[in-house]
Amino acid sequence: LGLALYAGSLCAASRAAFLYHDYCVIGAGPSGLQVAYFLQQASRDYVVFERSHAPGSFFALYPRHRKLISINKQYTGKSNSEFNLRHDWNSLLSHDGRLLFRRYSRDFFPKADVMVRYLEDFASLLKLRVQYNTAIVHVTLERDEQAWNGHYFILTDQDRQNYKCSSLLVATGTWVPNVVNFPGSEYVEGYETVSINPEDFSGQAVLILGRGNSAFETAENILGVTNFIHMVSRSRVRLSWATHYVGDLRAINNGLLDTYQLKSLDGLLEGDLEDLAIVKDKKGKLHITLRFYLENRNTSTGIDSITLPQDELDNFATRAPYDRVIRCLGWKFDFSIYNRSLRMMPGKENKKKYPQIKPSYESRGTRGLFVLGTASHSVDFRKSAGGFIHGFRYTTRAVHRLLENRHHGVPWPSTVYPITQLTNSIIKRVNEASGLYQMFSVLADIILLRENATSFEYLEEYPVGVLAELEMQTGRKAPNGLFVVIMEYGRNFSGADKDVFYYNRAVGEAQHAWQSNFLHPVIYYYKHLPTEREMRLRPPEWSLPRPDAVHHIVEDFLTDWTAPNAHILPLRRFLENCLSTDLRNFFAESCFLFAFTRQKLPPFCRQGYVRMQGLVGSEGLRRHAVEAGLLEDYALTDSSGDRAPDTHKESQDPLLGDHVMPVRPLQHLVNAKDE
Amino acid sequence: MSAQMDTWVSSFSFLLFCASSIPTRGSARLLQELSPQEYFSSLEAGRASLAYFSHNVSPGAQPFLEQIENSAEALQDYGISVVKVNCPKEDVSRYCGKENALRKAYLFRGNMLIREFPTDALFDINSIVANVLFALLFNEVKYVETLADLQNIENALKGRSNMVFAYVPATGTAEHRAVMEAAFVYGTVHQFVLTTEATLLKDTGNAEPDVSSARLFFCHCQRATDLAQPCGRTAMGQALTMLNIHRHLKLMGAPLVTEVAEDPEKVSTVHLQLGLPLVFILSQKETYEADRRTAEFVAWQLLGKAGVALLSRDLVDLNVLLRSNVALKTPDEGVPIKYLVLEDTDEVITLVEDKSKVEQIQEAEEEEEEEEEEDEKENNNQDIQDDQVVEAVSRDKKRELPLEQILVLTEETFHSALAETARTVVLFYASWEAVSLAVLRSYAEVADHLKGTRGVLLSRVNCWDWPGVCTKENVTQFPTIKIYEKGERSVMYDGMWGTEELTRFIMLSRVSCPLKLATIEEAEGYLRGEFPSELSSYQHTSVLGVFSTATSEAREAFEEAGNILSGHVTMGMYSEDDGLALSRKYAVSPPALLLARSGGGSVEGIALSEESTQDMVRMIRYELLDIFPEITVLNLPRYLQLQKPFLILFSDGDVGQMESKEMLKLAKGRPQRAFVACWLNLKKTPVGRGVLKTYFATLPSLPLLVWVNLHAGGQVFKFPSEQAITELNVLSWLEKLKAGLEIPSSTLSEEDWKPPLPAYDFLQMMEMAVPELPLHTSGRRGDTPARSPPESPGGDTSTREEPSQETKVEKVTSPGRDLRGTALRLAAREKQGKRHSEL
Repeated sequence: LGLALYAGSLCAASRAAFLYHDYCVIGAGPSGLQVAYFLQQASRDYVVFERSHAPGSFFALYPRHRKLISINKQYTGKSNSEFNLRHDWNSLLSHDGRLLFRRYSRDFFPKADVMVRYLEDFASLLKLRVQYNTAIVHVTLERDEQAWNGHYFILTDQDRQNYKCSSLLVATGTWVPNVVNFPGSEYVEGYETVSINPEDFSGQAVLILGRGNSAFETAENILGVTNFIHMVSRSRVRLSWATHYVGDLRAINNGLLDTYQLKSLDGLLEGDLEDLAIVKDKKGKLHITLRFYLENRNTSTGIDSITLPQDELDNFATRAPYDRVIRCLGWKFDFSIYNRSLRMMPGKENKKKYPQIKPSYESRGTRGLFVLGTASHSVDFRKSAGGFIHGFRYTTRAVHRLLENRHHGVPWPSTVYPITQLTNSIIKRVNEASGLYQMFSVLADIILLRENATSFEYLEEYPVGVLAELEMQTGRKAPNGLFVVIMEYGRNFSGADKDVFYYNRAVGEAQHAWQSNFLHPVIYYYKHLPTEREMRLRPPEWSLPRPDAVHHIVEDFLTDWTAPNAHILPLRRFLENCLSTDLRNFFAESCFLFAFTRQKLPPFCRQGYVRMQGLVGSEGLRRHAVEAGLLEDYALTDSSGDRAPDTHKESQDPLLGDHVMPVRPLQHLVNAKDE
Repeated sequence: MSAQMDTWVSSFSFLLFCASSIPTRGSARLLQELSPQEYFSSLEAGRASLAYFSHNVSPGAQPFLEQIENSAEALQDYGISVVKVNCPKEDVSRYCGKENALRKAYLFRGNMLIREFPTDALFDINSIVANVLFALLFNEVKYVETLADLQNIENALKGRSNMVFAYVPATGTAEHRAVMEAAFVYGTVHQFVLTTEATLLKDTGNAEPDVSSARLFFCHCQRATDLAQPCGRTAMGQALTMLNIHRHLKLMGAPLVTEVAEDPEKVSTVHLQLGLPLVFILSQKETYEADRRTAEFVAWQLLGKAGVALLSRDLVDLNVLLRSNVALKTPDEGVPIKYLVLEDTDEVITLVEDKSKVEQIQEAEEEEEEEEEEDEKENNNQDIQDDQVVEAVSRDKKRELPLEQILVLTEETFHSALAETARTVVLFYASWEAVSLAVLRSYAEVADHLKGTRGVLLSRVNCWDWPGVCTKENVTQFPTIKIYEKGERSVMYDGMWGTEELTRFIMLSRVSCPLKLATIEEAEGYLRGEFPSELSSYQHTSVLGVFSTATSEAREAFEEAGNILSGHVTMGMYSEDDGLALSRKYAVSPPALLLARSGGGSVEGIALSEESTQDMVRMIRYELLDIFPEITVLNLPRYLQLQKPFLILFSDGDVGQMESKEMLKLAKGRPQRAFVACWLNLKKTPVGRGVLKTYFATLPSLPLLVWVNLHAGGQVFKFPSEQAITELNVLSWLEKLKAGLEIPSSTLSEEDWKPPLPAYDFLQMMEMAVPELPLHTSGRRGDTPARSPPESPGGDTSTREEPSQETKVEKVTSPGRDLRGTALRLAAREKQGKRHSEL
């Protein structure tokens, strides 16, 4: 008995005691593991709580039909690992080359089970500290002035064990199914439980509520065996190839659009689910009626007394009865575990499934609480990829960098380059960076200019929504102006109702680059860091306030922005004009001439030649430069003077005649992008 | 130049504006058609009108009517309305009735007839405007026929106001019109006198005037006091046009001599604004009165050609020679002021006049060029490559590089490759980056040179393919070359990106630095350049550190310096235990350095004290510099770092023995090395011609000794070519330079390196195309003027859509988009290199 008592008191003591960690992460899904990886790399004190016995429990169940719609591209023709991540939507970020998703599956659209296995490997190979079978059921605050944020987070698990944390990282995703309540909703089956065996639907008439990827995925599965499928939703269908948003209906799932438009019995309808009612007849068939008719009826006298729309309107669209009604309305964030004091509020309008957070991913209600992963999608809902692995793996890294600066005095990583490398560093990033590419309009590279514009500091993938707080959030100073490198689609190009295949949609000439429609790099120049107010007052649909100058690198069919004349030259001119300097490269010979004939030297000579790192250049190259008229060959001119330039001019003249002639667009060279 | 044109044009348009702002009766058509009653009742007192009466349009009057209609606009500028009066058929009143009257035009002021013109006197717009203004400005413009008349007017004006005297070969000409138009504006300020008498032009002192062309003189009667003497005159040099007359009168109105007490670079006067040079007479307190007289004298001589200012040196801190007495500022922006020492006033005048002659020729040429350039502008220069390296590399891109000797490394093979060879040279580059590719070409040549060299592997990593390796190897810039020693450290190459230098570096760094020499024989052989044998064809100067066993600190510093200088310098180290043989031979005591210059044969000894590694590096680098080097593109930076003035002997080929000896004496005679004495072989370094051309415009005779203050002021002085280049002559010349007694031949441009061409202004384009964008509302700063969208003329909503439509249309028609314009773009590529020959 004594022993039992002792054990009991020990148990009580341990329950009352707090297990402390600097960082607590709730959820061992992709974003929870991702942030765990960064915390581990930084040797931080952290723990991940996972209610299931293994990571990625959501993927163990969903998607029900087990096909991921994130692409897993095996080949890009390039070996650049950073570039290849642009087309690998499933891998998490790590230094370990084994943890690339293409090593797990060869399918372009991989199986969900592979994702589960991948996440297990990710956690175990990297030895991430995950505490499984721990469901956090309640989160509250404990005020303490000593704490990082003025309070500690107290987490309680299903066994009433308490954990105390300085910073709380919520990576729980959105897993609570959205449901609608209307008369007859008890007859509705949920996506979570509906049969995935097509044979169960043979010869049936099916109504699907919802119009997202899960609804279409469900329809796709049973398309061949049903009598017909009807799909009801409030809003029109949004196709991801028109909206350029990966969360909208992907082409892989859109078989039903085909059968609807080709009048093969399936169909789409718009209507508010809240107005609906479903009644079951004696044969078990489900009839659609309106809530309005039910409300007018005083007693429940059976199906016969209920008015159906077709009684009044005999060609009512959904007058045919259904065998099954399936709800595929998506998920929402689980708000239930947070104490009121944390003020975890749902977002507004179409973002109410997500908690309210700032562009820094910190909760609006509680300092020190960051929301990661799918649940953080309110920042870029229906715009960018922040709700998906290939997007939030970068925003998670950004949050980690913010935390490193805030709590550990580790400033945002940056590299300092001489100004001569400015064009190069931008070209390098826009060509390979995957974070900029996936999280377009959300993450941006920041270039902080040093005094006199002789050098600059390069910061990668900073959340552009908190640009005004840059100095405080990164620990870097921006007193001399900055460039913001970001990727954008053309304004007014994307949209559910937009024709994205219109003729001449692609811009080819650098001088029209600002009209580019497809994703392309945009560089904003600010003489001063924008203020909070300017950020707030920026035009709607603009990710940044009005810059002092802006440059678009013209969209490219191959997303390869390395063309010397169309891409690099206009960028250099833009940078030169912002900095009021000359960023051209010069051969050593030119620098020699400048050194003797000018009191000042261009940056390239100053930072290269004068430091004994001049570009001598091969004889062949110098000859080309002379032929181009960009380098004078003094060995030729001799005493007879200017003969050489003259002959040079003559040789050019016949060619001149050619290109000033107006050339009509050649009809046989039609836009290849159409084909 | 364009800035001056602007001020020009703006002042002229202001003048026109004054003229045209005289209220006119608003009418849709400039030529009104009225009935006689309407016309006569509409006449207002004081307002002039030109009327033409007609019954119906008679065929003969047709051309005249056309001309009169054309001139209506010009006359309206002067407040004169033009009216065609339609006479009713039965009207037989004064103007309508007589057949004769219908061939005339009538000028009324109010309802008073001023003058009637026969239609054949009004043959074109010029004649109409000239004659009408002539009639109206009867008082302002006196017409004279005899010299006596002219003198009477002149005498009457003396002490009161100035006179503008114009000769035109005939009235009704364009020149006549220009004079009358000027009189309309300036008539109240100056008395205008007009003549058509050629004899009068002769009488007024023009020996052989060209009577066929019009002339205009400004007569300075206001300041004339002597009644017996005619007023001073300044002839206008240019053709008689409204603009030229305006400009001339403006110049005449400017003060004769401007007194200046500020930085001459900041001074701006009417003359500079009108595109004329400004001559400064530098004055001192002591000589002020005389200087002022000189200035006035010069000013009279240069009237209309240049401005004159008196600059008081006591008030302005001028950083120029004390002897300088004149300065010339040209209107061209960015051209520094020239300070000169001139003997007499004639020199000042020839200076200005020659210059303007040259400029006139240049201007004519420039105009032609400008026209061409304007054509160009439409084609947009912005998209023409003006980077010599990028352009050279893209022109070379079709050629396949001989890269067989260079191993391609990847992320996977990188580490294994490094482990295999004793020394691996790795070029980290980006395949899209021009400088990288330029270096890759030199690197291929290096590989060719080093073919078959054992223990050295040349390899490359394309960071565009393998960013991971490059990041891990800490490569932040392209290109980077690192030399990895098997299992040991790596060295980053920090020398010139040239074939020879890189080859030399790779070869030198194969030998450990410093090389430990074991025996006295090795040490001697090392100093002779014979040991180690593999370097005998590369090394120039050998540095040998001699230490005794006790001097460990100096030795450590020397060894570390060796690490830093590895690849650039050959360094040997010898520890003397055996009887100090070396020390005795070269008369040094350890620790010491022995320097054996290549080719020299002599060995210099330098004692070492307690130098730090950095001091040691600096010292060795300094000692390696030659005393009288031949300066080349490759070695200039080493001498530039001394931050000293350069004394350069330019020579076409080798320097003569005599000069060489004298220069060497000169260089050695200055132990503190206050300047870099060097020579430049134009045969070996042809770009030296470019330097000389910049200094002297043309190639001077060689050899030529030049002093350049590269780091302070940038003045260039030329050693007098008539003197022999001897130590003594040069030294005394240098003394004179220091004393400020010599005038620089030229001064190096201080201009900053600005962007060569503008960028596309996308911000503006966006605002133009989408005016409803609230882009500019959030602009906060004053220094970024928010561009407001262009006003739409109608102001209604239909026009607001226009811009976006335009852009749509443009999108469709503009060539060069997508593939459809490819042919055009390719054709346009040919224009590259046409311009931008200037850097």
